[in-house]
Amino acid sequence: MDRFLFLTLDGLSRGAVYAAFALALVLIWRAGRIVNFAQGAMAVAAAYVAYSVTAATGSYWLGFVAALVAGLLLGAVVDVAVMRLVDHRSPLNPVIVALGLVLLIHAVLGMVYGNEYLPAQTPFSRTALTVGGLAVLSPYDLFVFATVGVVGAALVWIFTRTAIGLRMRAAAFAPEVSRLLGVNVSGMLTLGWALASGVGALAGMLVIPTELGLHPHAMDLVFVSAFTAAVVGGLDSPPGAVVGGLGVGLLLSYVSGYAGGDLIPLAVLALLLAVLLLRPGGLFAPVTARRV
Amino acid sequence: MEDGLALHHIGVRFGGLTALDDVSLRVSPGEVVGVIGPNGAGKTTLFNVVCGFVAPHTGSLTLDGRPLRPRPHRLTRLGIARTLQGTGLFAGLTVLENVMAGASHAARTGLLPALLGLPRSDRDERRLRRHAHDVLDELGIAAHAEAAPGTLPFAVRQRVALARALAARPRLLLLDEPAGGLGAEDVAGLAELIRGLPRRAADPCAVLLVEHHMDLVMAVCDRIVVLDFGRVVAAGPPEAVREDPAVVDAYLGATVGEARA
Repeated sequence: MDRFLFLTLDGLSRGAVYAAFALALVLIWRAGRIVNFAQGAMAVAAAYVAYSVTAATGSYWLGFVAALVAGLLLGAVVDVAVMRLVDHRSPLNPVIVALGLVLLIHAVLGMVYGNEYLPAQTPFSRTALTVGGLAVLSPYDLFVFATVGVVGAALVWIFTRTAIGLRMRAAAFAPEVSRLLGVNVSGMLTLGWALASGVGALAGMLVIPTELGLHPHAMDLVFVSAFTAAVVGGLDSPPGAVVGGLGVGLLLSYVSGYAGGDLIPLAVLALLLAVLLLRPGGLFAPVTARRV
Repeated sequence: MEDGLALHHIGVRFGGLTALDDVSLRVSPGEVVGVIGPNGAGKTTLFNVVCGFVAPHTGSLTLDGRPLRPRPHRLTRLGIARTLQGTGLFAGLTVLENVMAGASHAARTGLLPALLGLPRSDRDERRLRRHAHDVLDELGIAAHAEAAPGTLPFAVRQRVALARALAARPRLLLLDEPAGGLGAEDVAGLAELIRGLPRRAADPCAVLLVEHHMDLVMAVCDRIVVLDFGRVVAAGPPEAVREDPAVVDAYLGATVGEARA
């Protein structure tokens, strides 16, 4: 029973990060109908910026802020310098370009930092606190929950309670009409990319220290897990991404706890396959009429 | 005397098809001007020229005497708003949010202040919300503020689209077939509303109206321009246009059953 509780809490903590990362994917999907396969590589790049800043200044928090800023900027740059130039008439084009971006980012990071694992710091201890003899959450887990919670609340606030969030939603729903209403549609799309990439960078900062450390491929498996979470949630639904993220986190925690950590990649892919086969619209997809 | 929107000798061709040929018209402040004509006469193309969706091959536009090169996303800043055939509402936003989106060019707060929750962004959002509510109130649809547009009757959606355009505080409103799909009762209400627009207490606006519905056009317009095959065949006050032989031939003729090739 203790073990079950531990695995559940650990899974939720891991799931919170997947949820944040899945949210980043959903943001870009909603803004521009693109699945950003480069999200993981972009987050790793931001984490390397944090590594450099922390190494130079000795402060984890300066590095943390630098990663967020780098994430925001990288998102904006990818949209303006790459995605805007891609012909979007075939949905495959941006996907291929994103995959190319992954290769490019991995190669550049490998050249600059080398292809070895670098140690990644945490600002708080990862040793679990014990409550009444039970090992529960570590201070770092609490930090993860708090950060993801704040980011989620901030996104809800931006999109529902600010004029600029309203413009972003309007631009995503009907670009031509929005333009007529004076909305700078391509600017809103760039903003969406920046926000998503910032959230992705944050998720990367949270998850990388809990894995093997900093490496150009550090986010590969996280990306697959978060992508699965986003698909489980329906790609279009932010609440779906959160529920999907927590669900995938729990599943992976149980799998690694009861069946062995080696099975994690297999479990993720099996879940992804099952969702795509059985309910491709995701668990949160509205029921749509079938055309006969 | 140059106040308002003026089109000077506008010509538009699509391939070999002449959509507009030497069309001139003017909408002065306080006026309601109607554009009528059979299908394919160039009415919607005319709107698209004013909005910047279509660039004219010949001729020019002026706004208050100054040359105008319209671009869709700058239109509201010039004081021009447009409704679309159908309604073009954002299905995923509530009625209130739709109308707020119409006025959002007036909100100048960027993302950073919004992110930091600065008071300016808050004030901006509240002002927008209040203004949107006022416009909904004026059009008598405030009760539907929180509804999703898709759940409302067409006549109400039509008014939401009108509210969204008015929320931008235009000096000139372009209405593209606002009576399309409305019943007789709703058309009467709409006519009253359109007649009132140039005399609104706040933000009065002139109207350029493209419409099939003859009764509506005759009832609300100060002047009417009749297009046929892209050319102006008649222009003047409703009574004069109604009697004009060229109009009876080009437009009304079709309604008494003469087949048009």
